[in-house]
Amino acid sequence: MSQASQNLQLDKQGRLLHFLTIDGLQREMLTEILDTAEGFTGVSERTVKKVPLCRGKIVANLFFETSTRTRTTFELAAKRLSADVLNLNISASATSKGETLLDTLRNLEAMHVDMFVVRHASSGTAHFIAQHADPGVGVMNAGDGRHAHPTQAMLDMFTIRRHKGDFVGLRVAIVGDILHSRVARSQILALNTLGVTEVRVIAPQTLLPADARSLGVHVYHDLDEGIRDVDVIIMLRLQKERMRGALLPSEHEYFRLFGLTEERLAKADSGAIVMHPGPINRGVEMDSQVADGSKSVILQQVSYGIAVRMAVISMVIGSQNLQLQG
Amino acid sequence: MKKKQLSILNGRLIDPANGIDQVIDIHIDKGRILAVGKAPEGFDAPSLNARGQLVCPGLIDLCAHLREPGAEHKATIASETAAAASAGITTIVCPPNTAPIIDTPAVAGQIKNKAKKAGFCRLLPQGARTRGLEGQQLSEMASLKAAGCITVSNGYNPLANSLVQRRTLEYAATFGLLTMIRPEDRYLANQGCAHEGRVADRLGLPGIPHAAETVAVANYLALVEQTGARVHFQTLSTDRAARMLGRAQYDKQPVTADVAIHQLFLTELDIEEFDSNTHVHPPLRTTSDRDGLRRAIREGIITAICSDHQPHEADAKAAPFPDTEPGISGLETLLPLTLKLVQEGAIDLSSAIARLTCGPADILGLPQGRLGLGAPADICIIDPDAIWTLNASQMLSQGINTPFDGWELQGRVNHTLLQGRIVYSRVKS
Repeated sequence: MSQASQNLQLDKQGRLLHFLTIDGLQREMLTEILDTAEGFTGVSERTVKKVPLCRGKIVANLFFETSTRTRTTFELAAKRLSADVLNLNISASATSKGETLLDTLRNLEAMHVDMFVVRHASSGTAHFIAQHADPGVGVMNAGDGRHAHPTQAMLDMFTIRRHKGDFVGLRVAIVGDILHSRVARSQILALNTLGVTEVRVIAPQTLLPADARSLGVHVYHDLDEGIRDVDVIIMLRLQKERMRGALLPSEHEYFRLFGLTEERLAKADSGAIVMHPGPINRGVEMDSQVADGSKSVILQQVSYGIAVRMAVISMVIGSQNLQLQG
Repeated sequence: MKKKQLSILNGRLIDPANGIDQVIDIHIDKGRILAVGKAPEGFDAPSLNARGQLVCPGLIDLCAHLREPGAEHKATIASETAAAASAGITTIVCPPNTAPIIDTPAVAGQIKNKAKKAGFCRLLPQGARTRGLEGQQLSEMASLKAAGCITVSNGYNPLANSLVQRRTLEYAATFGLLTMIRPEDRYLANQGCAHEGRVADRLGLPGIPHAAETVAVANYLALVEQTGARVHFQTLSTDRAARMLGRAQYDKQPVTADVAIHQLFLTELDIEEFDSNTHVHPPLRTTSDRDGLRRAIREGIITAICSDHQPHEADAKAAPFPDTEPGISGLETLLPLTLKLVQEGAIDLSSAIARLTCGPADILGLPQGRLGLGAPADICIIDPDAIWTLNASQMLSQGINTPFDGWELQGRVNHTLLQGRIVYSRVKS
């Protein structure tokens, strides 16, 4: 499986053609993304917030699911690389008129788009588009179903590296709805690839995959026990619809058992950082003191998101340029 | 030389129902087997030389969706029965989930007529267990039987209400109709699209647990014990369900089962890069399920292998995995893959042929599936040495959705006879 996904995302020289999943990428590639992102962090602070790396390229944002943070940071990232950006609100237009995904894709390709940034409710959509797109068109997975959200995972890795320096020796706990979370799947793959000491997931059994251990994690059902001595705590967003379908009884009980408070946070390592992919449900995943507290790096995650997305966009466009020359 | 007479000479006759596996001639008159061995005095018919070939009863497929009426853009009775004939299949049970649904004698009659007109295959329309497959009211089973339905099923719509389950079993049994069930607890299946396990975990695909099947099997086994009605489970996908079935058979319960041929080869691992051709229902399970199903086939707990043929137009499979329609166009791989089981040593040849002929025939109570004296001359003649590569785009079925594209296979049908009439020939003889 990993072998095949490598082939789809990488060219023969191992350069990035698409960014679909962390699965199958080597540590060197992830480090290259982080290093490249490091170089872009300065751009946002300059008076002219642009570099000309992707001038003349067209990036189309194809969001079949609504998103604020991911879409805007992808848009900003592309614009700072001097690309032209098309924002297509697909859920409201094409599919409601019965157009298939493939039709939508073909129509946009006729406009000579160089890259698609795709979010869709179905797992495997980014792979599907990458398999059917014209050669030379890059695909960025901005979240597909429960499968993967690799740029979110990489901006989380970037945030961790900024605060912790290195991954070796780190203990990381991911708390909440692992089962339905594409973010968690990508984070677990990235953390293990980058060589952390331990990844823990903390959740009730109803929010865990059937065979969670096969993902390469230690499973905890008790928050106090699970966050003991960890260096990084990643809280996942709890979707309101989980109260239906008998997954959880109430937000109240969830917060009582799995909500992060100052008191509980004290059990983690004294230098621990708290992360969240957003948007936060205050009083459900964590209380406000933690969200706004000194250990929270949640807002930094958002701004690092731009640099990380600039990094992967420029790497993919860079491979395209090399292919054209080659 | 009279019409409707034929001798098949020098072939290796494999007729598991009669315990025959030997090189011997057979002679056909008026659509039936007239003699095996020496021709009767004065019998002078055209002959077909089957030297080096296997002569078997025509195959009986317990589940193939032909899409007509209602989804002719996917396939038609004419296109699919022609594909079936080319694959040695002479009898097909087609499920009731057509549009309109087979819950009236008119629809059943229409399907039978179309098949008769096409002339390739015997079609056995399956009646709906409940009106409109809605799981509420009984269908008019006696009328369906009169129109030629010998089995009833609720297709892909599992009955949620246990009382309706019980009553449909009892009502069907009243008329000697066999109830066929795709065992699934729809709540546990929870709109999943892949086996709940490592691969679905990794790919983030909504999972269908083993228990979705075993809970339904357990439920029906209890109802069989309660009512004494005969039940046949279709397309089992789990080792556990096969074991439960074996235990019930040991207890002399009237229960049988089949398995779709792809479940004996593919597993969840074959989903790989979200390959929509591996999206099937029930889902591809684990390697131990596949091995358990192979064991159940070998031991005769599961006595039939079906194609679970589901042809699709290209668009139905061109979407992200969970949004594609499940199913494989399977008629043309049923026999070669079953022979592959033999080549892999999973089962002996005679038992393998039995699972495609007398096994399903006995489940349905049909006289076909055997070639004794007087039996209908539905015959399949196979070249066991032909090695070929499946090219999906050259399949005769209108649906070319198969994960077996490019597989190297050994064994291919040369001739198919329906009631003594040659309905397919690969080679001119």
